[in-house]
Amino acid sequence: MKIRPVLRSVAIGVAVIVVVLIYAYAFTVTDVNFETTRSEQRLTNLTRILRALAHPDILEYAQEEQIVESPIYLPCPQQAIPQLRPVAGGPFLIVSPACGDARQIIEVEGVGLWPESKGPVNFIPPSGASLTIGLFETDSDGGFKIRAQLPNRQPLTDPQTLRAIARRNVGGPHLSPMADVTIDKILETVFLALLATTIGTILAVPISFVAARNLMEKVRNPLTSVSLSLVGWPLGIWLGASAAGSIGRLLDAASASMAVTVGGAMLSPLAMWGAVAWALPRGGTRPTSWRVRLVRGLVYVLIIGFFILFLTFLANLGLSFGKWLIEPLGKLGFLGNFVYQLGDSLRMITPVLAGLVGGAALGGLGGRMGQQASDRLDPRLVRGLNIVTAASSGVVLFALIGGVLDWFYQFQDPVKTLWVPAAAGAAVGVFLAVRAQPKATLPIGSSAYYITRTILNAIRSVEPLIMVIVFVVWVGIGPFAGALALGLHTVAALAKLFSEQVESILPGPLEAIQATGANRLQTIAFAVVPQVIPPYISFLMYRWDINVRMSTIIGFAGGGGIGFLLQQNIGILNYRAASTQMLAIAIVVATMDYLSSTLRQRFV
Amino acid sequence: MLEISNLTKIYPGNVLALDRVSFSVQPGEFLAVIGLSGSGKSTLLRCINRLVEPSSGQVTWNGVDITQASAEELLRIRRKIGMVFQHFNLVSRSKVITNVLAGRLGYVNPALSLAHRFPKTDIQMALRQLGRVGIANQAFKRADELSGGQQQRVGVARAMMQEPEMVLADEPVASLDPVLAHSIMQHLESINRDDGVMVICSLHFLDLVHRYAHRAIALNEGRLMFDGSPKDIDDAKFKEIYGQEAERVG
Repeated sequence: MKIRPVLRSVAIGVAVIVVVLIYAYAFTVTDVNFETTRSEQRLTNLTRILRALAHPDILEYAQEEQIVESPIYLPCPQQAIPQLRPVAGGPFLIVSPACGDARQIIEVEGVGLWPESKGPVNFIPPSGASLTIGLFETDSDGGFKIRAQLPNRQPLTDPQTLRAIARRNVGGPHLSPMADVTIDKILETVFLALLATTIGTILAVPISFVAARNLMEKVRNPLTSVSLSLVGWPLGIWLGASAAGSIGRLLDAASASMAVTVGGAMLSPLAMWGAVAWALPRGGTRPTSWRVRLVRGLVYVLIIGFFILFLTFLANLGLSFGKWLIEPLGKLGFLGNFVYQLGDSLRMITPVLAGLVGGAALGGLGGRMGQQASDRLDPRLVRGLNIVTAASSGVVLFALIGGVLDWFYQFQDPVKTLWVPAAAGAAVGVFLAVRAQPKATLPIGSSAYYITRTILNAIRSVEPLIMVIVFVVWVGIGPFAGALALGLHTVAALAKLFSEQVESILPGPLEAIQATGANRLQTIAFAVVPQVIPPYISFLMYRWDINVRMSTIIGFAGGGGIGFLLQQNIGILNYRAASTQMLAIAIVVATMDYLSSTLRQRFV
Repeated sequence: MLEISNLTKIYPGNVLALDRVSFSVQPGEFLAVIGLSGSGKSTLLRCINRLVEPSSGQVTWNGVDITQASAEELLRIRRKIGMVFQHFNLVSRSKVITNVLAGRLGYVNPALSLAHRFPKTDIQMALRQLGRVGIANQAFKRADELSGGQQQRVGVARAMMQEPEMVLADEPVASLDPVLAHSIMQHLESINRDDGVMVICSLHFLDLVHRYAHRAIALNEGRLMFDGSPKDIDDAKFKEIYGQEAERVG
C-alpha cells in the first residue's frame, strides 16, 4: 500500500521531466531567440514596418510644386562667390556657407515659400541627376531652416544647384493608383472564388452520391454483369468521344451559316426529347419482346447522336454569337466574351460528356445483359460465360492501367505495358470466375465507394496552393489557373462533406420510396435530394467563404488575384501598399462572412 | 394468394429474426400480425417486398416467387404492394402532393419523373386519394407542417397511388392517439373492403385486432405462435404470445 504513492510521484516526476525535455527541444528546433527581439536595429525596423502598415496607401491629394534654387560650389572657388540678392516678396534660399567640401554639413534656410508646405532639398550636379539631401517643412510664414550634408562628389569649378521643392495639396482627397489597382484585384479575387465554388459544386453533387456508403453498399451485381460493364465502359467512352470528335469536325465545315447553327441548336434537343419520350419503357405489365428492345436500343444510339449534335451546335452557337456580340455591346463586350468562352468550354467538354454518356450507355447495357444472363441461364453456363467475360474485362482493365503507366513513365515497350498486363488480367479474370460461385454477387457499390473516397482524400490532401503550380504550367500565370486549382480542391472537399450529409439522412423516407417500386435514380431524386438540399446549401456557403480566403493567397503561387500584388509589394518592401491589400482582404473576408451567415439563416 | 413458407431471416451477427415462418393469406383478407416489439413483425413485412433480403424460404405471390425475382422484376412486384409505416416515412421537406405522387414512381416514365413531371391523370388521382382520406385542402403544404394523424393519411394515400393488390402496414397507428388510430384503421378497412385489397397489418393493441382483422398471426422471437381467428386468442394463448408476465390491457 505504501509503494503505490511512491510509484505515483516517481511517475509524475518522470512525466514532468519528459514534458520539459519536449519543450526544450521545441525551443531549439524553432530557433527561439529573444535576444534578437530586443536588438535596436530590429526594433527600428519593426517600428518602421508597423507604422507603414498603419498608413495604408489609399488616399492621396493632387499637389502643386514651388521650386526655389540656389547655386552651391563644391569645393569653394578661389575668387569670391557672387552674392544673390533676394527678389522682393518672392521665395529664396540662403545657403551658408555657400560652398564647401564633400560631406560637409551646411545650413539651408528658406524664406517666403508657401506656408505649411513640405518637400525635399535636392542637390543637382550639371548632369541633372537629383539627389535628396534633406527634407523640410515650412512654418506659417513660409520659412524653414534645416541642416544637410553635401554629397561625396568629384570637385567642380562651376557652380552646382541646390533646389528646394515645396509641395502642397490642391483640392480634396482621391483614391491613390495603388488603391485603384487593389480594388481591381480584390474584385478579381472574389470572382475567382465564385468560379471555383461553382465548378466545384457542379461536380461535387453527383460525386457525393457515389461517395455515400448508405446508397452504395447495397449495390451488388453478379460477376457477369460487372465484367461486361467493365468492358462496355471504356469501349463506350472511346466510341462516344470519337463520335463527338467527328461530328464536331463535320459541323465545323458546315457551320459557316448562322441559320444552320441556330436551327440545329433548336431542332436537335426537340428530336432528342421526342426520341426519349418514345423510347423509354412506360411500364406495361408484360415483359417487352426482344424486337421492341432492339428497336429501342437503336433509338438510344440515335438519342446519343442527337445529344452530341445538340452540344456541338450549342457550342458553335456560343462561339459565333459571342464573337459577334463583342463589337456592338461596346463596354458590355465582356458579355460577348462570356458567351464565347462558354461556347468554347462546351466545345472542350463535349467529347468528355459524349464519352461519359457512351460509356454509361454501353456499360449499362453490358451490366444489364450480364444481369439477365446471370438471372436466367443455367449456373454451369453462367460459369462458362463468367470465364470469358471476366477474362476479357481483366484484359481491358489491366491493359488500360498499363497504358496509363506507359504514359507517365514512357516505357515504350508494348511487351511490358500491353501484352504482359493483358495476359495477367486475363489470368486474374479466369481465376476469379473459376473460384467464385457463378451467380454470386460482387459488392460493386462498395468498391466504387472506396475508390471514390480514396481519390477524393488524395486530392483533398494536396493544398490548392500546390495544385496551382501545375495549373500555372498548363494555363499560364493568372486568375484562371487559380480558379481551376481552387475548383479542383473544392470538388474533393465538398464531395466529402456532401456525401457525409447523404449518409446521415433519415432512412425511413428512403425505405418508403423504395417500397413504391422506384428505381435507384428515382429513389435518389425523391428521398435523398429533398433531405440534403439544406445542408448542401449550408456547406456551399461555407466553402465559398473558404474559397474567398484561399483565393487571396493563391496568387502567392501565381494563381492571380490580390495575392500576386501583395506578394510583389512585400517583395519590394512597399509596406504601405501591402497594407492597402491586407485591408482589402480583411474587408472582403468580413463581408463574405456576414453575407454567408445571413444567407444561411435565410435558406436553411 | 400469398404463400409464405419457411421464411427465415438471420441478421449479421447471427441474430435470428424470423425462424421458418409459414402461413398463407387469401386475396381480400385483412391479416393482423401481433407480437412483442422485436418479435420479428417488421422484418416479416419487409421480407415480403424484400426491403429486407430474406436468408432462406419462399414468398410466393400469385404463383411468382418474390425471393427469386430479379432486380427489374422486383420493381414491378413492389409497385403492386403498398406500404404504410409506423413513423409515416414521408419526405418531410417535400409537399404533400409530391409525397403522394411518389406512389406512382413505379409506373411513370422514369426520365420525366426525375424532373418531377407527372402525367395530369396522376395528379388528379393524387388529389382524389387525398380527398378520400379527407385532407385534399392540405395538398400543397409541406409534409412536416401536418399533424401526425394527417401525415399518416398522406402515407395511406401514397400507398393507394400504387393501385396496390396488397398493402403492408407496419404498426401504422403505434405513433397515434386512439381516436386517430381508429380513423387510420378505418381507412385501411375501407381499402380492404371496398377495393378488395389484401392487407397485412402489424398491430400492438388487441382491441384493434378484434375490431378490424379477419385473421391474426402471432410471432414470438421470430417463431409463428398462433394462426387463427382473433377471437381464439384466450388468456392462455395470450400469455404464450406475450410471455407469462404480460397482462391484458384494453
